[in-house]
Amino acid sequence: MNLLSIQNLSLAIGTYDILHDVSLEVAPGEIVAITGESGSGKSMTALATMGLLPAAARTRGQILLDGEDLLALTEAQMCGVRGARIGMVFQEPMTALNPVMTIGTQVAETILQHESVTRTEALERARQVLARVGLPEDRFPLTRYPHELSGGQRQRVVIAMAIALRPRLLIADEPTTALDVTTQARILDLLKDLTQDFGMGLMMITHDLAVVSDMANRIVVMQHGRVVESGPTQQLFHAMQHPYTKALFAASTHRVDLPPAPPPVPLLKIENVVRSYRQPRKGLFGPRTETRAVDDVSFVLNKGERLGLVGESGCGKSTLTRALLGLEPVQSGAITLNGAPVWAEKHPNLAVRRQMQVVFQDPYGSFNPRHRVRRLIAEPFHLLENPPRGEARAAKIAEALTAVGLKATDADRYIHEFSGGQRQRIAIARALINDPALIVFDEAVSALDVSVRAQCLDLIADLCRERPLSYLFISHDLSVVRGVTDRVMVMQAGKIVEQGPTEQVFTDPQHPYTRALLAAAPKLPEVSPADAP
Amino acid sequence: MIRYTVGRLVSLCLSLIVASMVIFTVVEVVPGDPAAYMLGVNARPDTVAALRAELGLDVPKIERYLDWTAGMLQGDFGRSYTYRTPVSQMILDRMVVSLPLALLALALTVIIAFPAGIYAASRRGKLGDAGVMGATQLGVAVPNFWFAMILVLVFAVHLRWVSAGGFPGWGNGIWPGIKALILPAVALALPQAAILARVMRSSLLDMLGEDFIRTARAKGLSRRQALWRHAIRNALIPVLTIIGLQFSFLLAGGIVIEQIFYLPGLGRLIFQAISARDLIVVESVVMLLVGLVIIVNFAVDLAYALVDPRLRIRA
Repeated sequence: MNLLSIQNLSLAIGTYDILHDVSLEVAPGEIVAITGESGSGKSMTALATMGLLPAAARTRGQILLDGEDLLALTEAQMCGVRGARIGMVFQEPMTALNPVMTIGTQVAETILQHESVTRTEALERARQVLARVGLPEDRFPLTRYPHELSGGQRQRVVIAMAIALRPRLLIADEPTTALDVTTQARILDLLKDLTQDFGMGLMMITHDLAVVSDMANRIVVMQHGRVVESGPTQQLFHAMQHPYTKALFAASTHRVDLPPAPPPVPLLKIENVVRSYRQPRKGLFGPRTETRAVDDVSFVLNKGERLGLVGESGCGKSTLTRALLGLEPVQSGAITLNGAPVWAEKHPNLAVRRQMQVVFQDPYGSFNPRHRVRRLIAEPFHLLENPPRGEARAAKIAEALTAVGLKATDADRYIHEFSGGQRQRIAIARALINDPALIVFDEAVSALDVSVRAQCLDLIADLCRERPLSYLFISHDLSVVRGVTDRVMVMQAGKIVEQGPTEQVFTDPQHPYTRALLAAAPKLPEVSPADAP
Repeated sequence: MIRYTVGRLVSLCLSLIVASMVIFTVVEVVPGDPAAYMLGVNARPDTVAALRAELGLDVPKIERYLDWTAGMLQGDFGRSYTYRTPVSQMILDRMVVSLPLALLALALTVIIAFPAGIYAASRRGKLGDAGVMGATQLGVAVPNFWFAMILVLVFAVHLRWVSAGGFPGWGNGIWPGIKALILPAVALALPQAAILARVMRSSLLDMLGEDFIRTARAKGLSRRQALWRHAIRNALIPVLTIIGLQFSFLLAGGIVIEQIFYLPGLGRLIFQAISARDLIVVESVVMLLVGLVIIVNFAVDLAYALVDPRLRIRA
């Protein structure tokens, strides 16, 4: 008998149908990946299994755990199931832990909640579990608070809480999406190990096919609340049936077609830039130490060049970006655009700043929700000495919108009326409106679904063909950088450890860190041309 | 934690010094001659000169400031010009009324607000929530002096449980003193409790939407357990801020209530001193109140650090 068997699960909230006849099974020791884009219902399936649906949700069908229908249980009975027989790991390790409780107490809480043991015994077991997930007590005492740990370490604590009672089923909802690639690889290994050790079933929810391709036993593909295809991993990859699965796979491996870069003429020059931050004193009168977030970095971005910058969180990417946009001064070194300094005499040089624009990761958070698109994308005009007015202004706005594949009439709408991908197009329109010399894409496609991301990358490539576009493309996602850049730089601990033509760096990495990054990045299996969609 | 406390202490001392300078400057230096001001426009020049000598205004200002602060550190606040008694004694007489009143009112505030806020948050959108929110709306809207008069009418005039006003002192034991302070404390506490309950509710609701509450639920905690074990402590930070502000207000802001209940408190003292142009009393009482506010804020800062470990590392 299967451990978990979801049979014909349908779910509606109000008049919205979220899930339709979802059926799937998880056997003990098996890893089943549920994949699909946002809104496909994969997270709702997990929450339904946990009995943590919103109060207004109505369900039909059955969710059998060891033959017992969870949907028929009362809330009090479900409290006995959650944490004991089903554990769950969430996406965002930074906020999933209670900031004012120690990690030991939080892990012990799972045990105390379900078993009548003393606090001392619970803490002892918490110690063992934390050691099992890679947080041994000599380096990570139980008295640590979450803010004293990194994202990967926090995710280990969340995993420890979920497996403390050796549940039959572990549900992991995008457990590594918020983590760096090298951390992601280690967390995935841990989850795989635990599944084998404990004989648990693992239901892993992810939007990233590559993450699960060499880990899951079976894959379930969902779209619009339905299971469109499922099967053993290898079989599914090599004999995709459903067009949506093929489309997902194609989007994940999407390569854009960049026009060749023009001959090199320097545009942005970064010379020996250093940016350091002062750390708080150690002890009352201890010395102040400094952290070099950007440590002697030099590079040149040529006119019409598409330059990539990759590195993990904390490597100094964001600090470097702020410095080159002239948002912050640097301690030493020079940053010039077309020979003019970005920061002059203790003030940002506005003449240079108006030639640079940036597109951020969060397409919703970077817009004021109370302004119409017309006003949002015209914001960079305030940088100009003679901003266009009246007809000329309207024409500029219409041109920017059509350039990114939207309609001129969209200018009258508000940002909440658009989808995530459209919002990012609007962000790109805002960046284009002044015809800047340089655009910085800061994780600009990281929050998008694979198919939308592929469209956005195509848009960027199209724009490169239509106008002389130079950009710096910053991302943690190596496969995306590979597609849309001519040259790439790898940054680690404030230094650029390797740079070169993108293909060369990816196929023949020189620096050990670059090799580690490439090795850790999840890859989709090579599908022979005959199988390819 | 030690570094945090020391850092807060340093900032406390600096605030006190700056506050004393500002108060000294405003009261004694800026408007010209305090003696002439105290005596009014029709005073004879020799009377003004005599008062100047009595107040010690003929010495340089810096010296006077140092004398004043040094005196305060030793508990000597000078002599009242109108009452001819030591200001420290006057303040002490009033503090034994105002401090217990403020503490009692604050305790009532917390006792009413916490359960009300927690109850409303746990029943969000339901009838209980609407009831509590309606009541707090009323509590904020009703003027406390009107409410005080209603309390007097009901509990003193009709039921005769307590007297309508006055303060018997603490000489006859604690109970008669408490009894005299109960109605004013309730009148002071109710609007404050209404405000605090609303803050508690919204802060809790913010916390209940956090990811770590979902994590707690995934561990098998019920909704109620997640609220009590995980949400409340996190929700306390904004609540503590409000409590600190409220205590400062309750110490001296109760002048209308003191007036209604004939209580000899700090609020009335400062009001009388201002009317009588007794600048020495005004200066001292204001300094004392500022000092108390600063100390309360210090206590609130320490409470923050107890609640939230993330604050302990920052100095």
